[in-house]
Formats: sequence, structure tokens, C-alpha cells
Amino acid sequence: MKKAGILMIIGSLLLLGLFKFPLWNIMLGAPQYPDPLGMNIHINGIKGVSEFDLQNIDGLNHYIGMKTIPKPEEMWEFSIFPKVIIGMVVLGVLIGLFGVLGKLSYKWFILWFILMSILGVLGMYDFNAWLTAYGSDLNPNAIMKIMNEDGTPMTYKPPLFGSQKMLNFDVSSLPHTGAYMMFVGMMLTIGAFIIGKKESKKL
Amino acid sequence: MKSIIKITIFFVFASFLLTSCGNNGKSGNDGALRSSNAEKVYVAPGEHDEFYAFMSGGYSGNLTVYGLPSGRMFKEIPVFSQFPTSGYGYSEETKPMLNTSFGFVPWDDSHHPDISQTNGELDGRWIFINGNNTPRIARISLKTFETEEIIEVPNSAGNHSSSFITENTEYVVAGTRFAVPVPQKDMPISEYKGNFKGALSFIKVDEETGRMGIKFQILMPGFNYDLSHPGRDKSHGWFFFTTYNTEEANSLLEVNASQNDKDFIAAINWKKIEEYVNNGGGTKMPTNYAHNVYDEHTHTATTTMVKEVLTVNPTEIPGAVYLLPTPKSPHGCDVDPTGEYIIGNGKLSADLTVHSFTKMLDAIENEKFDGDAYGIPILKYEEVLAGSVKSGGLGPLHTEFDDKGNAYTTFFITSEVVKWKVGTWEVLDRKPTYYSVGHLMVPGGNSRKPFGKYVVAMNKITKDRYLPTGPELEHSAQLYDITGDKMELLLDFPTHGEPHYAAGIPASIIKEQSQKIYRLDENKHPYAVTEPGQAKVTRDGNEVHVYMSMIRSHFTPDNIEGVKVGDKVYFHITNHEQDFDVPHGFAMIGANNSELLIMPGQTKTLTWEPKKVGVWPFYCTDFCSALHQEMQGYIRVSPKDSNIDLSWSLDGE
Repeated sequence: MKKAGILMIIGSLLLLGLFKFPLWNIMLGAPQYPDPLGMNIHINGIKGVSEFDLQNIDGLNHYIGMKTIPKPEEMWEFSIFPKVIIGMVVLGVLIGLFGVLGKLSYKWFILWFILMSILGVLGMYDFNAWLTAYGSDLNPNAIMKIMNEDGTPMTYKPPLFGSQKMLNFDVSSLPHTGAYMMFVGMMLTIGAFIIGKKESKKL
Repeated sequence: MKSIIKITIFFVFASFLLTSCGNNGKSGNDGALRSSNAEKVYVAPGEHDEFYAFMSGGYSGNLTVYGLPSGRMFKEIPVFSQFPTSGYGYSEETKPMLNTSFGFVPWDDSHHPDISQTNGELDGRWIFINGNNTPRIARISLKTFETEEIIEVPNSAGNHSSSFITENTEYVVAGTRFAVPVPQKDMPISEYKGNFKGALSFIKVDEETGRMGIKFQILMPGFNYDLSHPGRDKSHGWFFFTTYNTEEANSLLEVNASQNDKDFIAAINWKKIEEYVNNGGGTKMPTNYAHNVYDEHTHTATTTMVKEVLTVNPTEIPGAVYLLPTPKSPHGCDVDPTGEYIIGNGKLSADLTVHSFTKMLDAIENEKFDGDAYGIPILKYEEVLAGSVKSGGLGPLHTEFDDKGNAYTTFFITSEVVKWKVGTWEVLDRKPTYYSVGHLMVPGGNSRKPFGKYVVAMNKITKDRYLPTGPELEHSAQLYDITGDKMELLLDFPTHGEPHYAAGIPASIIKEQSQKIYRLDENKHPYAVTEPGQAKVTRDGNEVHVYMSMIRSHFTPDNIEGVKVGDKVYFHITNHEQDFDVPHGFAMIGANNSELLIMPGQTKTLTWEPKKVGVWPFYCTDFCSALHQEMQGYIRVSPKDSNIDLSWSLDGE
């Protein structure tokens, strides 16, 4: 189980990339923004791709009555997510260590993966819920109130994944480096599970 | 019979014209119609030009920025003239830029831009330009494309042989065109000869900041110092000035200053003089001149009056100055990229005189002198002459160089550009200009490293080149492709003001450093408001200070009451945008000055003296957003004796 355990450790450590790299990225391009505006979503807050992007996105959004982009202290997620990630890293490393020492079944590896997946789905659900609120909870005194063809007010929820045209902006929303590192890490833990299973059969 | 003679004369004349056109005009008008030429100047929508061209504005007092090869104008940079478009010279912050010892001088005649160099190559940090009329030198940042500094040049008059820099930007050099009494005094004009002086000023440029300071002035004989250029590479350490009116005439110069068969090129060993003054040489002379510096962080200019200047008598420094006889009132004084050849463009002759730097040093060493002028040795003409270009043209004015050993000279009278080979003096090609060309410019053409792709001819006469616009026309520039053996005329484009000289640089050297915004968190203006909450209005006697901020699409505050007739209102306005290309404007009804155009992160101040009771609007002049038209406000002006207190608000808050 030595190989599998090491793989498990590496896989969980890759989650630490989330502290350095963004989880998600949303870019807004328009004819008059040849250099698109963008926000990087980190597990501990939202940052502009360029220094003044958030200020400039807020400046544009005030026309359609959107709230300003939340500061880290304005959303509980940004204090909880880092703790959850640290917890999962510690748990994963411990499982891996015990695996190396042969004191733990390989099934723990997949348990960690399932737990991480559930947390990930919950996180995505929460993220999507925020995007919906952000895009549709509009100031009733907004300067511009745009209606859909059916007469309902237009909302401005950015897509969770992919691209969408919103007024004059092309909005694209995609995972970023942190998410890819997490994804690779999680794949490694599946690998750990498979290898662990094989190794345990050999015994 | 008479008519036969007339017809004969006509045909002879016409055939002469046709032949000369056959030689000269072939790729003129016809060539420009060729589609390949159109492609050469076509810069597709959204694409960028390969070169920047900075053209002096002449009597506009400013500097204009063009792209090459398209000939599109990008910006007019205000330098020596008030510019109501941005408020330059009207705003409280920029008024000091135009201070001089004569008081506030809101206009000048800008002539010769020169881009800073390191090791003789363009480095794109700053561009310098001279004010000709009230002698001044300006330094413009090539990050912000704004004028950062203007220094007045005392003891000078008609600051024309300026503003040329040495090859590491050690100095920017300013020579006087008019000889004048130094120091100025009340004396008969007729006593000019032998009494007036010509001051050549060496202005030190700080390596880091670009800050200018007059290091020394050489008080030369009272000739007229027309143009100048630095030695480079092997001749680095020398500076060359053409002179005219060595006759020292004080009236009807067109005749009286054209009598001597030869005038001079003055060769100045500035390194020797620098050493001399560093060792305590020279005489401090009381004077008074303005030094105006704009600070990018306070967004404010300040004027310092300087009371002293260090003057140098050239005869007291052996080996510092020599005179090179040069035929026929030379105008342009140009040095080739190797630094070996000094070209005197004798404007009343057909030929160009080329002096050799090596021969000059040799003549100095062997004391091959031909007398002296006021104690300054005159070198023997034959001993310094490298050759002359038998051009076949008339009225040579200026020469630039490419990177293949060719030179290009403009001929004003015959209205053409002539290409010739440096070293063999052989004429290789000639092309007409439309019409009467003055300066010409090859990007980097006055450095060790020219970028010999295009030459721009700056013509003095426009006539029929464009749709007519009444008696007053813009000047006309022409772009030639010089990559082949023969020059090819590619493009005509109108230029603003009267460009004298221009300086070109590959866009790649400077475009990435061009600043997009001013950082609000670096704004140190004493009246800036960096948060809208800091907006306020204060009164100090009859002075009212409005601390105002602006962002799409409102002013904070936008309602102000308590202002009275007879007050002097200072609007200190800070643009809170931090996005590229989102300026806001500010215009106040009845303001006797200008508008303000305020860049993101910048603070500017406009004064307004309300004269009438009422409620008066102000608004944003730059179409900043979909709600630009709503970006407006009111000021209530009450009678002088009213007791309404100051109050201000935005949306009732």
C-alpha cells in the first residue's frame, strides 16, 4: 500500500493549490472592452484579473442595479471554504500516511474522494445560488431596467460554466488553475484507491 | 507670325517641363496611384502603426503625435500654448508651466523635437522641444505624453538652434538665433557689431528624473546661431552650430547678412568646457529666469525663479571652440550616424558642404588656421572639407540619414528631396515635394541607429494638395518609402500648425510604457478627494473651495448653495475612475477661462467668479457613459450681502 498511500498524500496536497490559484474565473468582454474585465474567484475571496477590474465591473453593474461584488467578510463562504479545504488536506494526508504504514484499508481512499465530491457539489450548488442571487437581486431604482420579451425583468446571472451573451457583454465562466489542481488531486486519490485495491489483492 | 513665335515658345517650354517631369515626377503623382503604394500605408482598422512621429506644432506652440505609415494624428500635446481642450495653461495646476521672466506667456513657436538617447540610440524616455519666441525648452514624458517641465533660457533670443540632445542625454542644447546685448541693456541698435553676444546654453538633464538645469552658457560672438546637432560616436563630446549673419548686420538682413561668401559652423568641445566649469571656471552672472516643473503625483506645476547663470567666455578655454568656414549662410547642421561627417546645408547655394571630423581634429592639431573671429580660431576651409555634394538643386536646408550609408537632403527652392551617398557624395535619386519642403525626418535619423524605412518631408506650402479651405491651409507632409534604390512617394497628409522638425521612433520602443490611468492612491494633490465622502465646500473670505469628485455619471456634490456674487470659486475636481480612457470634463457657465478635461485618478482646478445672481448649471463635457447627459449639477449664486450659509449635497445627502 506504499505506492497508493503516497499517491493519496500527493492528491490531497494538490488541494493546497486553491490557496494560491483561483478556483473559477469569469471574464466580461464587450466591444469597448478589448481587454476584457475579469474576476477570479478564490476560496477566500474575489479578486480582479487586472487591478481595477472589480471596481470597474461594479461601476458598470450599478446601471442595472446589481449589488457590488462581495468583499471576503461579506460572505461566510470565504471564511469556511479555506477551513474545509485545510480539513480535507489534513484528512487526506493522514489517510495516506496510515495507508503507507499499512494500518488502513484502501477503501478509506475512496471514502475521502466521495466526501470531497459531496463537498464539491455542495460548493458548486452554493456558488450557483450566489450567482443567481447576484444576478437577479436587483435594486428596484436601477438606472436601466431591461425586460425580457415575456415582460419579466431581465436578470444577469453569469453562467456557472460556459459562455453567455448578456446585453453588450460576452460573459464566460470557467474553472481556473486551482480547480484543475483539485481535479487532478481527486483523480489521484481514485488512482490511489485502484492501486491500493490491486496491492491488497496481491497480498 | 507673332502667334507662331508664341506657339513655338510654348512648345519649347512645354517639352522642357515634360522632360523634367520625366526625370523627377515619375513616381510622384503616378506612383501614389499604384495600389501597392496604397497597401504600404494602409493600417487596417484596429491595427497599429509601426512608428510614432512627433511633429512640432510651430506657431501652435504644441507637439502633435502621428502614426507612420498611416499619417493619422493621435494627439496634440499642449506644451507652450494654452489649450482650452484640456485646461492646460488655464487650470490652477498648469498655469505655472507658462510662467517666464516676462510673466505669463501663453503662446510660443515650437520648433525642433528630439527624443532622449542612450549610447546614441533612441531610448524613448522623454522628448524635448524648444520654444523659439520666448526662449524655453520643454521636456515631455513619453509615459504620460504630457509636458513635465519647461525651463526658460536667459540671455537668449529666438531660441532656434535648439533643442538637440547629446548622445546619452547628458545635455539638451539651446542656441540663440538673435544676438543680443548680454546682459540686456539700453543701447543703440546700430552698435550691434562687436557688442552683442550669441549665447549657447548647455542644459544638464538628470539621468533618473530628466530634470533640467542650465549648467553653463557659452557667450559667443554676435552671429546668428541657426541650427545645431551633436557629435555622435567618434565625435561625441562636440556640438556643431551653423551660423549666419557673421556680417553682424542689424537691418535688412536679407541683403546685409548675405554678403560673406562663407559663414561658419561653430564646433564646440563641450566636454572640455564641462571640465573647465567643473573645476570652477566661468563667471556667475546675475539673471532671472523661470523653471517650471510639473509633479505627476500632486498633478501640479510650480515655478522657481532662478537668479544666476554660469557664463563662459570661449576665448578663455583654449581648444574649446573652432570655426569651420561653410559657404552661403548654412541652415541645417547635420551629423551622420558615424559621427565623422558634419553637413552644412548652405541655403543660398546649390551644393552641400561636408566637413570631416577627423580632418577637423587634424587641422586643429596642426594649427591650420585662417585667422580668427573675436579670438576664436577659424580653421582653413580646404583642411576640414571632406567633399561637397553637387546636387543640382537649390536651397538645401536639412539632411537626415538612413541605416545604409545614404543621406537625404531637402531643397526648399527646387522643392525636392535628394538622396546621396555619404562618402562618395554621389547623387542617387531625387523626388519632388509638394511644395517647398523644410525639414525632413527619418525615424532615428539623427542618432547612431536610424530606422531607414520612411522619410517624411514637411512642406511649407500646401496650395492644391487638399480640398481648399479658404486662404488658411494646414501644412502638408509627405511620406516616402526609402527601402529601395529609388524613393517612392506613398502618401500626403495634412499636419497641424507648422511642423518644423519632427522626431520618429519605432512604436515598439514606447507603446507598452504608455500610461493608462493615474493611480488615485498615488494622488497627492492637496485638494484631492479620494473618497466621495470627503467632498466638501469651504469658505475663506470671498474664496470658496469646492472639493468635488466625479465618476460615471455624477458629480459629488452636484447641488451647491451659499455662493455669492463677488466670490472666487475654486473647483478642485478629482476623477475617481480607474479605467483606461474614461476622462470626465467640467464646464461652468460663464467661466472666463476654459473647461477641464480630467483623466482617471487626476485632480484639476478651475476658477470661476460668479457675476450674476441665479442658479447656474455645470456639466460633464466628455461623453463618458450612457448617462453622460445626466452628469450635471447646479450652483446657487446669491447676492453679495446674502447670509445664506454654504451647503452642498448629492441626492439630498
